[in-house]
Amino acid sequence: MSRLAVPKTYKLFIGGKFPRSESGRTFEILSAKGDFLANAAKASRKDARDAVKAARGAVSGWSGATAYNRGQVLYRIAELLEGRRGQFIDEIQRGENVSRAIAERQVDDAIDRWVWYAGWADKYTQVAGNANPVAGPFFNLSVPEPTGVVAMIAPQDSSLLGLVSVVAPALVTGNTVVVVASERFPLSAITLAEVLATSDVPGGVVNVLTGSPAEIAPWLASHADVNALDLAGAEDLDWVDLQISAADTLKRVLPPEGDAFPSLDRITAFTETKTVWHTKSML
Amino acid sequence: MTDESALAPRTRALQLFDGLVTDTSLRRFLEGIPGVDAVGLEQRAAALGTRSIKTTSKAAAIDTIISMIDLTTLEGADTPGKVRSLVAKALVPDAGDAACPQPAAVCVYGDMVATAVDALGAAHGQISVAAVATAFPSGRASLRVKLADTADAVAAGADEIDMVIDRGAFLSGQYAQVFDEIVAVKRACRREDGTSAHLKVILETGELNTYDNVRRASWLAILAGADFIKTSTGKVSPAATLPVTLLMLEVVRDWFRLTGERIGVKPAGGIRTSKDAIKFLVTVAETCGEDWLTPELFRFGASSLLNDVLLQRQKLATGHYSGPDYVTID
Repeated sequence: MSRLAVPKTYKLFIGGKFPRSESGRTFEILSAKGDFLANAAKASRKDARDAVKAARGAVSGWSGATAYNRGQVLYRIAELLEGRRGQFIDEIQRGENVSRAIAERQVDDAIDRWVWYAGWADKYTQVAGNANPVAGPFFNLSVPEPTGVVAMIAPQDSSLLGLVSVVAPALVTGNTVVVVASERFPLSAITLAEVLATSDVPGGVVNVLTGSPAEIAPWLASHADVNALDLAGAEDLDWVDLQISAADTLKRVLPPEGDAFPSLDRITAFTETKTVWHTKSML
Repeated sequence: MTDESALAPRTRALQLFDGLVTDTSLRRFLEGIPGVDAVGLEQRAAALGTRSIKTTSKAAAIDTIISMIDLTTLEGADTPGKVRSLVAKALVPDAGDAACPQPAAVCVYGDMVATAVDALGAAHGQISVAAVATAFPSGRASLRVKLADTADAVAAGADEIDMVIDRGAFLSGQYAQVFDEIVAVKRACRREDGTSAHLKVILETGELNTYDNVRRASWLAILAGADFIKTSTGKVSPAATLPVTLLMLEVVRDWFRLTGERIGVKPAGGIRTSKDAIKFLVTVAETCGEDWLTPELFRFGASSLLNDVLLQRQKLATGHYSGPDYVTID
């Protein structure tokens, strides 16, 4: 007797919880061959608003944690990703219709990339910051600080690696993130959210929306409480318009970049340099 | 309340007690009021909270809410500077939009009234100054001190006095004491020129424990001469819940039907989002009628509510979501 399949409904990840879309909408995720894989929530602009609110609430805690602590928390995520390796490989293989070897490589790359970024948490300040020489008995220090809430359009052609490549570098410095997952391959994004929910990352630091980037991105780009916009996966959108509406509220914007190759630039892209003066002597 | 004499104005309503307001007569009346159907009340409040108010109705609701806010700062750490910045915010709630309405009043401690009046300058009158008095928030002081507290605030220029009732006395059944205190404070609200500051009576529903007590306290306050009945001090949780406000509005509606006199209601404490505030507006309109949707008869005691309402207002005006960077911090 054949068993009735129990397909999973993939929900959103907002503020550490897994709500359905406020709009009640879902969409079907099909494999590359056209088979039904799962239902996913189709986020609305109000879900985006809620996600930004959650992300804003998480900024002070996450950016206030010590760099060393953030590094530990991020490394712990890599450990948990390793534990779910099989599930990720399975999802990627079915979703993207690739061989098992290619799926394995994508998961391994994603985990390695996460570890690489985690290591930067207590090191990037030394590279991006500086003790400036000044003509007086003062310390003059330039220190990079997180920008705040970063909205992202994840690379659309990759299930896991693209998402990790944009989310991890923003988290390293203490930003919080609202990310719109790949429209075609959103399942790994929600599985990653399940990893984050059971890790030490505080609720609201990462928020994952699934659905149509074309629908949600304009609301995020114009949202006055979003500080930066990563358009990594926005090649197919009207991303010039997104940049224009982001400029209205002085957001930092990264242009589309499909592979989001790991680099220190991605880490420092969402930091602001603060320079402070301190007297050198006790007087 | 079927008594013929109850169909008269307040003074004649007091003849219910044969001219003598005593614990016994008040108890006979207040405890004779039918009990509250708690389940029905909460269900009714929940149902009123589900109305969807969108687009132009929402814009109108938001402006109405702003005009009904008593912008409040009641902290031990208040300073004249804090009060001045509160007044500045009341004068210009949204620096980016001159058409934004102003709140009804600023609400401060008695010693800050002079500062608030001074900061308002010529705008005093179009924006009122409300002062909490009578040993707010606990009300634990002798009547002499409470009256001095009230007279002090009125002399300093307060237009409205928010007094607290003695919950201890009310809960132990000394209704006459509570009644007499309200009457005395009302008298202390008199100014030298014969006019009088408006009196809001805070019931502190979070300490009254039952809906029945809230209904009795509302009647008691109105009989004693309250111009407004106010849910809470904001210092006790739960503060202004929708069911409690609905219940108080029902008493106000019943009083209006009996006497033709309009009493105001002010929920205070815990209303932080425009979504919540809109639920209160719906409740007011559905209970007392739209006549009550004016600052003279309904107020919100709030501080953070104004910012959330302004964010919603900006969203409606610009079409995109606004953020806390675009309103003043307070």
